[in-house]
Amino acid sequence: MTVTVLLFASYADSLGAHSLSLDVSPGATVGDVVGQVRALPGAERLPAEPLVAVNERYAKSNRILAAGDEVAIIPPVAGG
Amino acid sequence: MYTSLVDGPIDVAALLAKVARHANGATVLFIGTVRDVNDGRSVSGMEYTAYRAMAERELADIAREARERFASDDVAIEHRLGTLNLGEASVAIAVAHPHRGAAYDASRYIIEELKKRVPIWKLEHYVDGTREWVSAGSAKREAHV
Repeated sequence: MTVTVLLFASYADSLGAHSLSLDVSPGATVGDVVGQVRALPGAERLPAEPLVAVNERYAKSNRILAAGDEVAIIPPVAGG
Repeated sequence: MYTSLVDGPIDVAALLAKVARHANGATVLFIGTVRDVNDGRSVSGMEYTAYRAMAERELADIAREARERFASDDVAIEHRLGTLNLGEASVAIAVAHPHRGAAYDASRYIIEELKKRVPIWKLEHYVDGTREWVSAGSAKREAHV
């Protein structure tokens, strides 16, 4: 199945993209997706356990994903 | 309750008008502005980006939480995105309440939660021409200033 990965700020700069379409196994978790993204060229800056949101809500790394989910990898936020 | 991400200058008077009611005896206005020095480096401007849909949702959640915790219906928040010059407002929070204590508490709650949770990032532009994303480390140091 396919999920959409969103990247922002320093993570988007490092990976050279703001979004990726990723093929993952059924039953894949947030942690699995992070692992796949960290294996990409330029992903050295991504921590092992970054903040992640699924469909615009913060999610834990053991969250099981569904096809079409939007998985956002969130760099340390700096609003205000 | 009103929350919004905006792409142009924040109209503070319009924000205050949103929370004005005769039942309120206190209005607290917080304005966050772009500062000229961060971590000892001279800053020339700031570029704000967001995960827009989620940032809007988190802002609305925070306003709702403030209403529940401090019994304050009159909350208005705007955060600006895009490129800002020194001294310009990046965020403004207006809270009105019958009494000042709750208004101050709600205002403080909102800015602290915003800084923790709302997916917004800033790219600092320095006077020497370089640019850098503000990291958690420098954000932490900022908090001590």
